[in-house]
Amino acid sequence: MTTTLPAPAPATDVPTGHPAPGHDLLRLATAGSVDDGKSTLVGRLLYDTKSVLTDQLDAVERVSRDRGLEAADLALLTDGLRAEREQGITIDVAYRYFSTATRSYVLADTPGHVQYTRNMVTGASTAELALILVDARHGVVEQTRRHLAVTGLLGVRHVALAVNKMDLVGWDEATFAAIVDEFSRLADRFGIADVVAVPVSALLGDNIVQRSLHTPWYAGRTLLEHLEAVPVGTNPALEPLRLPVQYVVRPRTAAHPDYRGYAGRLSSGVVRPGDEVVVLPSGRRTTVAGIDRAGATGEIEALDVAFAPQSVVLRLTDDIDISRGDLVAAAESPGLLTRALTGTVAVLAERVLRPRDRLLLRVGTRTVRAMVEDIVDQLDIETMQQQPAPDGLGLNAIGRVRLRLAEDVAVDDYRVLRRTGAFLLIDEADGSTLAAGMAEGPDRSAGEGI
Amino acid sequence: MSTTTHITDHPAGQALPPEYTLDHLDHLESEAIHIFREVAGEFERPVILFSGGKDSVVMVHLALKAFAPAPLPFSLLHVDTGHNFPEVLDYRDATVERLGVRLVVASVQDYIDDGRLRERADGTRNPLQTVPLLDAIEQGRFDAVFGGGRRDEEKARAKERVFSLRDAFGAWDPRRQRPELWELYNGRHTAGEHVRVFPLSNWTELDVWRYIARERIALPEIYYAHEREVFQRDGMWLTPGEWGGPRAGEQPETRLVRYRTVGDMSCTGAVDSDALDVETVIREVAASRLTERGATRADDRLSEAAMEDRKRQGYF
Repeated sequence: MTTTLPAPAPATDVPTGHPAPGHDLLRLATAGSVDDGKSTLVGRLLYDTKSVLTDQLDAVERVSRDRGLEAADLALLTDGLRAEREQGITIDVAYRYFSTATRSYVLADTPGHVQYTRNMVTGASTAELALILVDARHGVVEQTRRHLAVTGLLGVRHVALAVNKMDLVGWDEATFAAIVDEFSRLADRFGIADVVAVPVSALLGDNIVQRSLHTPWYAGRTLLEHLEAVPVGTNPALEPLRLPVQYVVRPRTAAHPDYRGYAGRLSSGVVRPGDEVVVLPSGRRTTVAGIDRAGATGEIEALDVAFAPQSVVLRLTDDIDISRGDLVAAAESPGLLTRALTGTVAVLAERVLRPRDRLLLRVGTRTVRAMVEDIVDQLDIETMQQQPAPDGLGLNAIGRVRLRLAEDVAVDDYRVLRRTGAFLLIDEADGSTLAAGMAEGPDRSAGEGI
Repeated sequence: MSTTTHITDHPAGQALPPEYTLDHLDHLESEAIHIFREVAGEFERPVILFSGGKDSVVMVHLALKAFAPAPLPFSLLHVDTGHNFPEVLDYRDATVERLGVRLVVASVQDYIDDGRLRERADGTRNPLQTVPLLDAIEQGRFDAVFGGGRRDEEKARAKERVFSLRDAFGAWDPRRQRPELWELYNGRHTAGEHVRVFPLSNWTELDVWRYIARERIALPEIYYAHEREVFQRDGMWLTPGEWGGPRAGEQPETRLVRYRTVGDMSCTGAVDSDALDVETVIREVAASRLTERGATRADDRLSEAAMEDRKRQGYF
């Protein structure tokens, strides 16, 4: 049979089915232009980590044969919707899962077309690593600049550059070096510090999981080796506590008649019983009386410490009015409260964002009414220049807006605290998500310190 | 420049201190609990789809943990095809009694009995669940419906959001889905619309089993190896029952099997297995070369887009 693939790399999963101690989770997002082989590369990662199973592979081989292809088209593994298969393109973010003995991976596979940039913003928002593809024959193209801009803007810390289709440029070292050089200079401009470049052929599998015999001049890691080694997460001990309150737990049962706890997921920092905290927007100070978490049988465990991104319930010493939408923050560095904020937004919907638009702003668990006071500027991805945009920001545009808020909101600078600096702009009428925003930190002219 | 300039070794100091490290199951658990609490905070009448299948059992376990020591603030909804494994129905009823929650049953059989639905030629009732499900959502005025769907199950599911907006017909339009950023889930909806919520979106089959082992969660016995009279159809081992049995040429035999998924008896196949406990199941799943649905679900073999088509019509 002409479509049979070579056997995948040896299994890296542990034979007991249980992961090694310390097995963690890395979220990554892929980005590439049309036809640079991204679906093939993702398919290759899945296939070579033995994450593709026989029935899926049979289906791919069957369809490949039907289409008269010589080799099984690994891109077929990832194109899930009918329109995608018919048009041979990827429309929507797809999530893929694979794991090794070291790590589990959540991969957001995002399409490369310019009209679907919103999907790349979506994928990058939760990613710790962006995997960007460049076709070795074409080098850095406009889409690459856009991918880097989005990656930098969303604060993705690590970038892996896969220079793909190296087989089509004769595995030429100079070609690779030139692309890496141009890419790295661009990455610097977007404030991305950690860039690792790997010469690959997704089609043939070179340097994805298995080391290539064609690149003796390349001494670095394979792509998977790099994914295995990149550090995950940020150290919560170095960040101030933020816990957006999601829900007030009040059992009012015979066993717990007076229990009152504030449920939430720490978005940054560490908390211990006895810590002094401030509740925003009220500004009331109180002390953490206890941190509770349910055990496997529903019994409550009292924790000595909780840290991001754990989901817990906080009990506080003072009986103060706290509800969903409030933020529990470290008393010594609570950030600022504001009714005016400036942020960079990526417009995700057809509706053009214009001055004087009335919207909803969502940050953490809080939703308030907001008005666009001013469109400050628009980012031109080609030139990386800020340009005036008095008329508004359309779909896929990236620009800075100044917002006036109906109520006080606690917002952090996105570059410092991603989770509490991120916001959505929502259409009040139909509830659709219009734009993703990254706050610059409260506007100091209008905000007030606590 | 040298091509290896950018191959930076990550200094050990950048790694997280061990006391602040979560393993991948802790991450998934924390994410799911966060999702349950978001729904409790934003919606009026959420309901959990509960079939007694392992994914729905894990969902209920996570929901209990999310609100403890308070009781579960949601009802359960079972879309009953009428072709149930008796062990699973028993498990469902025992769970409902133990938790003291309200169970709503949407019965496909009732719809067939009074003519609102007609039995399909192939006898499978999975596609028939959509209408009773949508009616139950409307009658119960449920505005958020938790499903146990996982993105690793199927290619169309890989593109599903955690909060998936449905119109009054329950329809899923992949092009109308809201972008989902950070962990800011947008659950706003207008009258008549509802939101399907998938807290296990990022879990794999193996994660679910590892979590079941870690939390010592009890499951219906049919998930573990047992002797059963089965017959082979379309390459799957089916159990005879009220829904039907072997046709001419299909020989019943007794085999040691277990179920990887639990659904409508007419189209859910058993797999040969000697995995008597959760540890051996985990080994078996880790070593399996077939997907869960490929091994056990006849309805997903219908076409390349079988799941996408059902989802568009309002299926879970």
